[in-house]
Amino acid sequence: MSIWSYANPVKFLALSAKVQPVLWVTSISCVVVGLIWGFFFTPDDFRQGSTVKIIYLHVPSALMAINAWFMMLITSLIWLVRRHHVSALAAKAAAPVGLVMTLIALVTGAIWGQPMWGTWWAWDPRLTSFLILFLFYLGYIALWEAVEDPDTAADLTSVLCLVGSVFAVLSRYAVQFWNQGLHQGTSIPVATGERTVSDVFFYPLLVSMIGFGLLFLALVLYRTGTEIRLRRAQALRVRLERAA
Amino acid sequence: MMPDLGKYATEVLSAYGASLALLAVLIWLTLRRGKAARAALQDVEQESGKNG
Repeated sequence: MSIWSYANPVKFLALSAKVQPVLWVTSISCVVVGLIWGFFFTPDDFRQGSTVKIIYLHVPSALMAINAWFMMLITSLIWLVRRHHVSALAAKAAAPVGLVMTLIALVTGAIWGQPMWGTWWAWDPRLTSFLILFLFYLGYIALWEAVEDPDTAADLTSVLCLVGSVFAVLSRYAVQFWNQGLHQGTSIPVATGERTVSDVFFYPLLVSMIGFGLLFLALVLYRTGTEIRLRRAQALRVRLERAA
Repeated sequence: MMPDLGKYATEVLSAYGASLALLAVLIWLTLRRGKAARAALQDVEQESGKNG
């Protein structure tokens, strides 16, 4: 069976209903285990003290803030090329989740930055690109709400998503592009595998990252189902009004 | 068995409090909108069923 068969809303909803219970249980379990492990059962860092415990929220949320935009980019491209409505609705469904993840990353970063850097905020490349990403999320959601015709809204938001991808890339690689600013480089480089985080902090962080990733997936599947139902209800309502 | 967070207790607890609150609001709003969408679809399907 081709992956494109899931562009059919009925098939998508059937698959989504099957996987969601497992996803919800696994994701919430991982988030709870990762946060409890990190908060209660890890030592303080020798330099950062107990503020290191913020890492279990800050890193997973920042990771998902960027990855949510990349997921929206892929689904937007699918919409632009193949005109599958489910993919446009999946992008729409992911945006509020990405927005909240970005907000968590910004808030926890500011709270962590104050005692470590002596300031809540600095116009550092990574922080600034993250703030712009947050504004792109707001603009993306506002654009969906502002345009009445759903296909036009999907077209316009897809283009906005393509433009915003520059800042999603910058958010991830800003530290490498500019060797300035307060924010450190990545502690867990996936490409090289040479992480600078000790095992005692890494494993609960890994569980938390997996949890946030799965929670994002569960939320997006659920929200995409909601958008499909709302679109179907709207279409039926229009048909009824025309028949009346 | 609350861990000793030392002088950074306020920062750590507020980071956890704010993040968990944001996640809870997101999940609550998601479920609420989902429930409303199911109800709206059910209503309009019943209505269109009645009208043949």
